[in-house]
Amino acid sequence: MSAFAATFSEAVALLATFDHTVAEIVVLSLQVSGGAVLLGTLIGLPLGACIAVGRFPGKTTLSVLINGLMGLPSVVVGVVVYLLLSRSGPFGAFGLLYTPLAMIIAQTLLVIPLMAAITRQVVEDVWQRYAEELQLMRFSWWDSVTTLLYDCRHSLLVAVLAGLGRAMSEVGAVMIVGGNIDRATRVMTTAIALETSKGDLPLAIALGLVLIVLILALNALAFGLRHWAMRRYG
Amino acid sequence: MAIFPLRLRDLRYQPNGRAVLAGIDLELGDEGITLVLGPNGAGKSVLLRVICGLVEPSAGSMAWGDEGARRPAQGVMMVFQRPMMLRASVLHNAALGLKPLAVSVAERKRRALAMLERVGLADRADDSAHQLSGGEQQRLALARAWLTRPRLLLLDEPTASLDPSASAEVERIIREIRTDGTRILMVTHNLGQATRLGDDIVFMSAGRVCEHTPVQRFFSRPQSDEARLFIQGELPWRMRFPSP
Repeated sequence: MSAFAATFSEAVALLATFDHTVAEIVVLSLQVSGGAVLLGTLIGLPLGACIAVGRFPGKTTLSVLINGLMGLPSVVVGVVVYLLLSRSGPFGAFGLLYTPLAMIIAQTLLVIPLMAAITRQVVEDVWQRYAEELQLMRFSWWDSVTTLLYDCRHSLLVAVLAGLGRAMSEVGAVMIVGGNIDRATRVMTTAIALETSKGDLPLAIALGLVLIVLILALNALAFGLRHWAMRRYG
Repeated sequence: MAIFPLRLRDLRYQPNGRAVLAGIDLELGDEGITLVLGPNGAGKSVLLRVICGLVEPSAGSMAWGDEGARRPAQGVMMVFQRPMMLRASVLHNAALGLKPLAVSVAERKRRALAMLERVGLADRADDSAHQLSGGEQQRLALARAWLTRPRLLLLDEPTASLDPSASAEVERIIREIRTDGTRILMVTHNLGQATRLGDDIVFMSAGRVCEHTPVQRFFSRPQSDEARLFIQGELPWRMRFPSP
């Protein structure tokens, strides 16, 4: 049997036996990425909709900036958050560095521009069609934002999924601010990087398989939900 | 504040120097249904947009009420040829106009449901608005506008591309809205509809009001050559689209 096949079968065995280490890492990964996407949704979606609906000086610059930040290198975010949370940083007193919360903060900063940029694009297209009627109904700026977010809710699943994909696959920022500490801040991506460098390939592949299956399952769920919603609401 | 009479004086709209409205003089009293007729490109829809404040006129004046206010505080609504429909239920769409008002969600739903009853859509309240036919969507849009109790309702070809039975239903609702005390200004290309619905006709051509007369007189003795040719279906092309 080739080395690859042997490694792969060991990885499958780890998953089949519900290995405790794997389970712990997967649960923490879901908590960190889920928390980041939740915060990103609460901030990024209204932010994108506000930019789409608002008329203010610098709107184009802000839109370009948000689009540009979609490709923000995660290690840069990691270093910035590290500096902010380190003992000598402005938020050092909170003692957040090397905790899951620090990882959530870093991932939230990574997903906000992505989610806001997609939301801006989706909402802006709809706003162009609805603006006159909402204006006639004397909708305030905020009423327009909430109405458009509600109307675009099915399309905005894409923004949430994109954020989730970015958060779950990210390694640089969580490595820097989390420290990849065993049973404390080790998530799937940092564990894969570490185990590969140590030569423990079965665990790395097992975690990689879980990561891929999770992302595919969430995408399939979102696709099904969107398909149902399109049939229900048009 | 009373919003009638509405007086338009030498109202012009000239984007990029092109005269879409080339000096409109018009006065509207506080009741009835006024139909705006005229060939394509006469400026009818733009006139409605200027009146409801969606388009800023280039020149001229618009005075609301005896006090001559430049803008009405409230009470002007417009229903478009293709009305906006949120991806939500019929009931949600009907209640939308009440959202900016200080009305509780329960009260919004109660009023919207009562209004859907009046326009014959109560049994579709829980369906998606996007599943409605064109005629039903137009009725829903009228219900949404009517629910806000407008003093002036502007209708931009509400029955365009509807079949006769759907048009008749829309016309019934328009009459009810008028009976309810709402002044209506409506653009149409349907001359039969103009005779059925209208109290008076504003005939426009090339961005101007050629005449403003009662319906019977408009069809029996049109005052302008443009109106006479339009009724006969012979309005020359060059008069519809004057060169800039």
